[in-house]
Amino acid sequence: MRAGAAVGTAAGPDGRTVLRRLASAPPLTLRQTGPHTVHLVSTAAGPLGGDRLSLDLDVAPRTTLELASVASTLVLPGRGESELLVTARVGAGARLRFVPEPTVLAAGCAHRLIVRLELEPEASVLWREEIVLGRYGERPGRCRTRFDATLAGRPLLRQELTLGDPDLDASPAVLGGARCLGTTFLTATAKEPLVSDGLAVLPLAASGTVVSALAADAVELRSLLERGERAVSGDGDDTVAGRGRGARPGVR
Amino acid sequence: MLSPGLLLLADSRLPAGGHAHSGGAERVIAAGAVHDVPSLERFLRGRLHTAGVPAAALAAAARAAAVDESPGWELLDEEADARTASPAQRAASRTQGRLLLRVARRVWPAEALEELARRTPSPHHPVALGVAAYAAGATAGEAALAAAYHAVSGPATAAVRLLGLDPVAVHALLAALGPDLAAVAERAHPPGPHPPGSRPPGSWAELPACSAPALDLLAEQHARAEVRLFVS
Repeated sequence: MRAGAAVGTAAGPDGRTVLRRLASAPPLTLRQTGPHTVHLVSTAAGPLGGDRLSLDLDVAPRTTLELASVASTLVLPGRGESELLVTARVGAGARLRFVPEPTVLAAGCAHRLIVRLELEPEASVLWREEIVLGRYGERPGRCRTRFDATLAGRPLLRQELTLGDPDLDASPAVLGGARCLGTTFLTATAKEPLVSDGLAVLPLAASGTVVSALAADAVELRSLLERGERAVSGDGDDTVAGRGRGARPGVR
Repeated sequence: MLSPGLLLLADSRLPAGGHAHSGGAERVIAAGAVHDVPSLERFLRGRLHTAGVPAAALAAAARAAAVDESPGWELLDEEADARTASPAQRAASRTQGRLLLRVARRVWPAEALEELARRTPSPHHPVALGVAAYAAGATAGEAALAAAYHAVSGPATAAVRLLGLDPVAVHALLAALGPDLAAVAERAHPPGPHPPGSRPPGSWAELPACSAPALDLLAEQHARAEVRLFVS
């Protein structure tokens, strides 16, 4: 199956965000659930092997978009590799929160997840990705991910992961046997790195921060990531301006 | 023929400070996750196929660009930064790069090394290794192989010292990683005709960017450890 869904914002006459484009393409079905909130609703199983799906987000300057999903995504096997390509352009002074539910790699799947995030100056982004290696007691399929974030064309973060190779998943250098891993990229820059069991808050070289977490289950993973996100932006809400960054991790 | 310069670059006795870094091995041993030769093998194999890949690719890219008069080292430096999320790992890479550059400028004097030192006095280690490989007469494929080997040889030696492992058993393990080293170097610098001159800067963006969440955690934990033998 080939499908491409898209969301685009524009600034209304009063400066408020309006959704100028909301194009669903099953299985990627989009529903507006708030003034600037869109939920991804799966209307078919998958992605299945062989699917080529894309999601395009265009956040116009000084507008706001939050993208979430109502349920986790279960990646299933099929004919060949499935692919989800997410591209997002975030204009000057625009705000984007990308916080979908986890991607679960079912046995036998072969998935490719590509994210291209192009930011303009003063864009404010929180981009969370969570991956679960198989359902309960299940050996996961394979997944390759690539994440590229640029600011005005200069690289902020480029990361690839290969998951589902039993040797690498078990390696104490890679996942150390964790079944769930997550990354949140934030444009806000943490004042200093922070580390605790299964959680690292990593200020990037140019600007921005990566929160990286490894956990035994999805609940613990979310809790670690949210703790890291709060440590970066002070209150965990990157779209709220003017709050200090001085809060301690885990303290609201 | 294999370049003699490659042998010198890959030799752990090259006085470029590599012995002070364990690449996460000291912290993973302190945590108990590496405690014998089989667990060390899982660590090294994971390290090679993650952090080793962009290191090899950056080294090959730097070697290829070193023939240029102005290769744009600032841009390659940004690409290396973007592939290293952990501040502790960025610091370790730049420290080792600075030391290697200092040694290489004396051992293989070349304008390419001077240009790198002017543009980035503390280059990332793979970039310094790539330009040193050029000055030493090694090829881009050899630079990639040296960087891949560097990704495992230092941690392996550190593990011998920290755990008192049998050095022969650990060298047998490194020998067994031979096909993996070749595969990583080949992925970093695919064989085939390479026109002389640097790759267009845009293509640096597409270089591999494999990451390892556990290595990031270990590097940051190690930077905060009160007792440590190795810098990283």
